[in-house]
Amino acid sequence: LANRVEKMSENGISRPKVLTLDTMNPTVKMVEYAVRGPIVQRAVELEKELSEGIEKPFTEVIKANIGDAQAMGQQPITFFRQVLALCSYPELLNLDNTFPEDAKNRARLILQSCGGSSLGAYSPSQGIDYVRQDVANYIERRDGGVPCDPDNIYLTTGASDGITTILKLLVCGQGIDRTGVMISIPQYPLYSAALAELGAVQINYFLNEDNCWSMDIQELQRAVNEARQHCHPRALCIINPGNPTGQVQSRDCIEDVIRFAAKERLFLMADEVYQDNVYAEGCKFHSFKKVLFEMGPEYSETVELASFHSTSKCYMGECGFRGGYMEVINMDDDVKSQLTKLVSVRLCSPVPGQALMDLVVNPPQPGEPSYNCFIKERTATLSALAEKAKLTEKILNTVPGIRCNPVQGAMYSFPCITIPDKAIKEALEKGQQPDMFYCMTMLEETGICLVPGSGFGQKRINEGFVVMTILPPIDKLTILLNKVKEFHQRFTKQYS
Amino acid sequence: MTKLHCIFMQGVKKPFREVIDVAWGDAQGAGIKPLTFVRQVLAACLYPQLLDSNRLPTDVKQKARGLLSECHGGSMGSYTDLPGIPQVAREISEYIARRDGGDPPKTGNIFISPGSQWALQNILNLLVHGHGEVRSGVLTPIPCHVTTIESLHSLGGVSVPYYLSEEHGWELQMEELNRALEYAKQVCAPVALYVVNPGNPPGHVQSKKSIQDVIRFALEKRLFLLVDEVYQDCVYADNVEFVSYKKVLAEMGPPFSDTVELASFHSASKGFLGEAGLRGGYVELVNMDPDVIKYACTIFSKDTAPTPGQIALSVLANPPRLGDPSYPLYEMETQQMQTMIKANVRRVHEVLDSLPGISCQPVEGGAFAFPRVDLPPKALQKAKEMGMEPDTFYCLRLLEESGAFITPGCEYGQKEGTYHIRFCIRSPGDVIEDFLGRLVTFHTQFMKEFS
Repeated sequence: LANRVEKMSENGISRPKVLTLDTMNPTVKMVEYAVRGPIVQRAVELEKELSEGIEKPFTEVIKANIGDAQAMGQQPITFFRQVLALCSYPELLNLDNTFPEDAKNRARLILQSCGGSSLGAYSPSQGIDYVRQDVANYIERRDGGVPCDPDNIYLTTGASDGITTILKLLVCGQGIDRTGVMISIPQYPLYSAALAELGAVQINYFLNEDNCWSMDIQELQRAVNEARQHCHPRALCIINPGNPTGQVQSRDCIEDVIRFAAKERLFLMADEVYQDNVYAEGCKFHSFKKVLFEMGPEYSETVELASFHSTSKCYMGECGFRGGYMEVINMDDDVKSQLTKLVSVRLCSPVPGQALMDLVVNPPQPGEPSYNCFIKERTATLSALAEKAKLTEKILNTVPGIRCNPVQGAMYSFPCITIPDKAIKEALEKGQQPDMFYCMTMLEETGICLVPGSGFGQKRINEGFVVMTILPPIDKLTILLNKVKEFHQRFTKQYS
Repeated sequence: MTKLHCIFMQGVKKPFREVIDVAWGDAQGAGIKPLTFVRQVLAACLYPQLLDSNRLPTDVKQKARGLLSECHGGSMGSYTDLPGIPQVAREISEYIARRDGGDPPKTGNIFISPGSQWALQNILNLLVHGHGEVRSGVLTPIPCHVTTIESLHSLGGVSVPYYLSEEHGWELQMEELNRALEYAKQVCAPVALYVVNPGNPPGHVQSKKSIQDVIRFALEKRLFLLVDEVYQDCVYADNVEFVSYKKVLAEMGPPFSDTVELASFHSASKGFLGEAGLRGGYVELVNMDPDVIKYACTIFSKDTAPTPGQIALSVLANPPRLGDPSYPLYEMETQQMQTMIKANVRRVHEVLDSLPGISCQPVEGGAFAFPRVDLPPKALQKAKEMGMEPDTFYCLRLLEESGAFITPGCEYGQKEGTYHIRFCIRSPGDVIEDFLGRLVTFHTQFMKEFS
């Protein structure tokens, strides 16, 4: 025991450090977070070089890899920012007509619900009661009256905080009893990073590319059967609408998944942060909670479900505030006490984010002074996204060697690119995955930063996938897509 | 404590006008107003249309414009990269240099997080092996606030207590540290030493000599130093000064200054800002292995600090200076706060010194008073009958009979057979006065009842 404490350096010169690669927590070494991984680091370096005046074959780096709408020019909702400003500096409430009355009233209500009437006070760890009540009301309205108990609502630091907290509760056991968590491939790297950090077993289930990335129960069954041989599957994670694939699951599919989870005794984790981002004709967002309850008590009283939402996506794009919530259904009471304890380690989620979430779930209503402006802004943002989704699919599908499924929802396109054999060879010689090599080359030649699909778990021989957000303003996006087209043609020719 | 919380939450109807809550270190929650400058900058960043009006002083506008220009898309709504809005990281670095002398630390060694406890948990995550036969251990003070211990446990780590010496003003004693470490080696693989300076809940401020001793200990015993310095701006005693571990380490020169691994934590939640709800904190890493820092980057990049919290940190690190338009108001607000809290501390000592059965070591800094209560045997008996810790029983009665909400020492750890209570002194003066009044009445009655 405690060997490293016994090892004392004799002469006082250059002792080995306490914390090294060898002595650090081994599970952290497994963590790779692709969304901010090596290609993003290189992009940041290139940005720096550009700002230092170093010449490049492009004038700006476009980070088309991360779902950050406002970074790409999307405007925040005026009403939300007005209320937050008023909450931050309540002196503004006394000023004349800078702010509409409804914004002022909301600010007053929110401040009243805060300790010391200030955004700067701690809130209860579970979140401000008033906000949780409003979240519950929103969920009830959204789900056609299915009841929501505010006591099941936890306000979190973005959705990712809620997700990692639930995973922490779920992960236990040793060896063959070690928790396995099913995640979709292609997936959003937060999940694999969290699972690696927790030392959980990652169970991959593949989405069906030929059916617009839908979930496939046979594939889920295959995955769980195979997993049972080496771990104890305890949870099934779904992202709907999907990231990076953008698929919007049909209601039937969601029912099938719920039946599957019930049968296999899996805790369902439904990441629904893109719930307002639905573009394709015939697609509709159905919350897992709603479908669960509509399936009757056999399921609604037994299946354990946690659903997650956030202020970062949809039409708000307010990533920087780290606002989010989770609703927990049918969780064992004792486990819920443990959950309450776990969230208290975080003290509380950012109060401005909680205030913002309140506004998101309880926006201006018809007749209120801010309503028209709110609706106009919301509609403009969502319809621009829908237009960009279509444009992306259209342009990418004109490129020989690229095929792109319709972007039904969320904020990304996930095209499949054919990589010539010579390029694959060069990639492997460099010790890179082919799609990473493709993206790195694209970055160096065009300044466009995409994330390679291998960061998302999908691996094929001469095909790769890339993730590209649809977020830049439409004219910029058009230029971007055409540059990608030109690059791909050049690249294919160069390595043919 | 759940019982106390329940009663409190139910808004128990009792012989008092309203419940007075001095349980938590939440200055703004207790009624202390935020600093005007912080909130003006925050409002301007949130709603940049304000920058075009003449409602805000020019330095507010300048700071807001500067911060927004470094946000992606010019908006607070965007994600920020590691280590946060570049200006904030630079300001923190310069703040550290001003505070400690020497060169500003590289911003690559500064990680901003949603509060200091979040950063601490990330660093613990790097250090702690939480599974398998041998688990990592961290030496933690007794008494200690709960969050860090729970954080450590949730990672599977072991907390090994070292007792602070109440008779000596809650100072840290080297013999006790040594004892704790020897014990630790039997139950875990000790890897780090956690120190809180100024303390929580005891309000001691570590002397420079004590810090030197701890640093020597860390070098000799090969322990990673985790230093929680969130109360560095909360010092009240006249003959006492906060000096940072970083500064002392640097002044000690080699081999200490280039070997001892140190993580120091600070936050916008305490001090003059008191912006607990905004969740802005940071850790500065000293002498950390560069290969490990790469993993720190991965962990911290998953949970960047919310932008409002980063703005609070910006003001913490770079407040208005003499000559700035906002300086007079800023100076007045901070001075008033300091004067009021110093007065609170004086009053607390005055009152407690005159109350038999309660004694309190000097509150040199921090946010709390942590007096000892000498509970009579009959009270101990009653508590036992009720199935609760004696100081919990005391606090529960205090709440029920006088409406004052504080926390018992058993929540923080204390020497066997001693009982304490903790209450926050960073509250408005009238709240403290009200609280002390209720405490005196209750305590007198309680001691009489159980004599």
